[in-house]
Amino acid sequence: MDWGAIVQNALRAAFGLEAAYFALAAIGLNVHFGYTGLLNFGQAGFLAVGAYGMGIAVTYFGWSLWVGIGVSILAAVVFALLLGLPTLRLRADYLAIVTIASAEIVRLVFRSARFQPVTGGSAGLQNFAGEFYRINPYDTGVYRLEAVYAGGVGPFDVVRVLLALALLWIVVDRLLPGRLPGSRRPRVAPSAADADESVASREVIGLREIVLLAVAAVILVVGLSPVAFNERRMWILTVGWGLVALTSLLVFLLMRSPWGRVLKSIREDEDAARSLGKNVVSYKMQSLVFGGVIGALGGLVFVIGNQSIQPDNFGTPITFFAYAALILGGTARVFGPVVGSMIFWALLSFAENALQQGREAGYISNDFLTSTQIGQLRFMLVGVGLMLLMVFRPQGIFGNRREIDLSVRR
Amino acid sequence: MPVVLLVLSLCLLAGTASAQERAEGVRGTLSNEVDDEDVPVEGAVITVADASGEEVGEVTSDEDGSFALDLPGPGAYTATIDVESLPEGVALRDEARATLSFTLNPGQNRPLNFFFGEDTRQRATTTDRALQLGVEGIKLGLIIAITSVGLSLIFGTTGLTNFAHGELVTFGALVCWYLNFEAGIPLLWAAPLAIVLGGAASGLLDRGLWRPLRARGTGLIAMLVVSIGLSLLLRYLFLYQFGGRTRPFAEYGRQRQVDFLGLGLVGITPKDMVSIGISVVVLVTVALLITRTRMGKAMRAVADNPDLAASSGIDVQRVISVVWIVGGALAALGGVLVGLGEEVSWQMGFQLLLLMFAGITLGGLGTAFGALVGGFVIGLFINLSTLVVPTELKNVGALLVLVLVLLVRPQGILGRAERVG
Repeated sequence: MDWGAIVQNALRAAFGLEAAYFALAAIGLNVHFGYTGLLNFGQAGFLAVGAYGMGIAVTYFGWSLWVGIGVSILAAVVFALLLGLPTLRLRADYLAIVTIASAEIVRLVFRSARFQPVTGGSAGLQNFAGEFYRINPYDTGVYRLEAVYAGGVGPFDVVRVLLALALLWIVVDRLLPGRLPGSRRPRVAPSAADADESVASREVIGLREIVLLAVAAVILVVGLSPVAFNERRMWILTVGWGLVALTSLLVFLLMRSPWGRVLKSIREDEDAARSLGKNVVSYKMQSLVFGGVIGALGGLVFVIGNQSIQPDNFGTPITFFAYAALILGGTARVFGPVVGSMIFWALLSFAENALQQGREAGYISNDFLTSTQIGQLRFMLVGVGLMLLMVFRPQGIFGNRREIDLSVRR
Repeated sequence: MPVVLLVLSLCLLAGTASAQERAEGVRGTLSNEVDDEDVPVEGAVITVADASGEEVGEVTSDEDGSFALDLPGPGAYTATIDVESLPEGVALRDEARATLSFTLNPGQNRPLNFFFGEDTRQRATTTDRALQLGVEGIKLGLIIAITSVGLSLIFGTTGLTNFAHGELVTFGALVCWYLNFEAGIPLLWAAPLAIVLGGAASGLLDRGLWRPLRARGTGLIAMLVVSIGLSLLLRYLFLYQFGGRTRPFAEYGRQRQVDFLGLGLVGITPKDMVSIGISVVVLVTVALLITRTRMGKAMRAVADNPDLAASSGIDVQRVISVVWIVGGALAALGGVLVGLGEEVSWQMGFQLLLLMFAGITLGGLGTAFGALVGGFVIGLFINLSTLVVPTELKNVGALLVLVLVLLVRPQGILGRAERVG
């Protein structure tokens, strides 16, 4: 078995198109679920509305791609309003049922033969991304992330070392609190029970530290060298990860603002927020719109990267995958969905490649596992992972357990 | 009035039968469906002309309605059926389709169909179609009602929105299929066995997964996400095991419709009639059990207020176990009935799940009778809606109803307003 190739593919997946668009979808979900406590199970619908808004504007109306992106954002806003209107006044699980149903409605309508002239039916839409690739700044060629400079110590090495040092710093800070100059003290005095918990978590190396150390080791030893993309993929990845960075920054700033604090207070206790004179339904709606638009951007990145819109790419499993990525990384953390998405796709790629190679090398019998069944195994792994995470570590790798302890029945 | 449907198929002779001759040609069978029976059409004359319009062959159908004609070689041809030669009472559905153009490639098999007689689909009036769809809708509605009783009671007693409930439906159908098709057990025995196994599996799921989760105080949203993970795991486990194809049971595969109650209004297959009968009996039994027995009353008490029920001496854990077992058995029964009416597939339950949610939301989340009423209404509505919307969009209508109900009367038909946040 070629472990080198397996690790290489896993690293590639961590930076690939799937990871980028799932990161956006999960950031949107984080705004809904993590910060506001809204159970949106129709994120696939937002992705689809984003993708089709642009696709229909360009292929059917013949508008410019950039106008089409505006249409996508508008469509996501309208979709969020339609979803929120009947459900935001009700208990959280109603929203879950309605959103999952609406996402299916959207998919069924888009793939229906009745609207085939507009939506392309089950075949979907193609030939809309030309304008995007026409302004591609990358020249034709294969780009290794390491080989942006030629020989010697380049800027990427500096970045690599700085990143690794920063990660190590965090780990040391966690293990030996207060020993490092300028390390943060907890701002709020924790209650007795919380203090016990945090002392306990500081005495042992937790999952968070192990993951950080592993990432630091990979960056220091392996670097990013095996990851290579062609010029078109480089361009959409640059834009995709750029959007991830921008939306993360926006979420970070907004959640520190008074607006974000109201969202979090709604998550913690809706009645309390209402009794303080906040219009809870309006804030929930704003959160639904904001997260939905981020999801629509994810859909845009996905279809422009693939240069094709397929209705069945927006089925309900997409939403569940995004939840898995979000919970893995850590709900209600700015970088939780981003790191979660990268790790999620790296793990999936690792598992699939390892199984595939194991099968080819004869370790796994063909009777037990055919190559189509490996693809199905992916869904089972996500299912098991989602269950185990939710039961044993609902805060994921980087989350705070106290912050995600939600309940619908009050 | 007899429905006359005449199908003319043109097939290449150069198939497997006479591959060594390599001769191009056409053949086919003319058959005329009268009162659900295929009557061969004898003496119909078909002439074939080449691209220049010159006649290259003529053939007359024999007493089986069959004909065969060798043609000079590959190329473009037109085949014309002589309308004058058709027997009395047989006419083309579309006069313009008496002549068909086709191209023969060496070794290419290109069947062509001619349709004759009146189009049956256009013949049916809206009332006829509405009645027919109504019967279909009653069948589907009863199945949705049966499967969603468990979903609604589980929600009522434990607060869990169980997204894995559809997989209990699929489980019942798949187990029944394996017992029936692989093990060769007659369906009449395989179905009850599958229902028992479905109940047992559901009970084990509660004992092995949900009860420990409740015991450690896992939040309801966390459990909802767990149920989604479980649904994903089970669904793809079914796909892994069963494959992506849909498959029928070994018996009662295709049945002809008989006239329902001899009124001449609605056609129905015997198995659909049995399915409706079983559903009605089961639903009435469930309704009686819930209203008349001690356990039924305890279920409703726990669904209403678990703490009050516990403090008045009801063994809440036992009630919840019974709810899971009964709910799982009913879901399995629903799966078997869906498999009987259509076919068995790995995601049949998940496709039904959203309709179940629509049904129990319509009827009132958490109430047993709400699930019955709402599921029934949704099933009926879905089928009747195909009078105006395309069939592929029929589920969209049901889901839209779900959204509208939440907008107008979020507690559902039978729910009480205070249950809703």
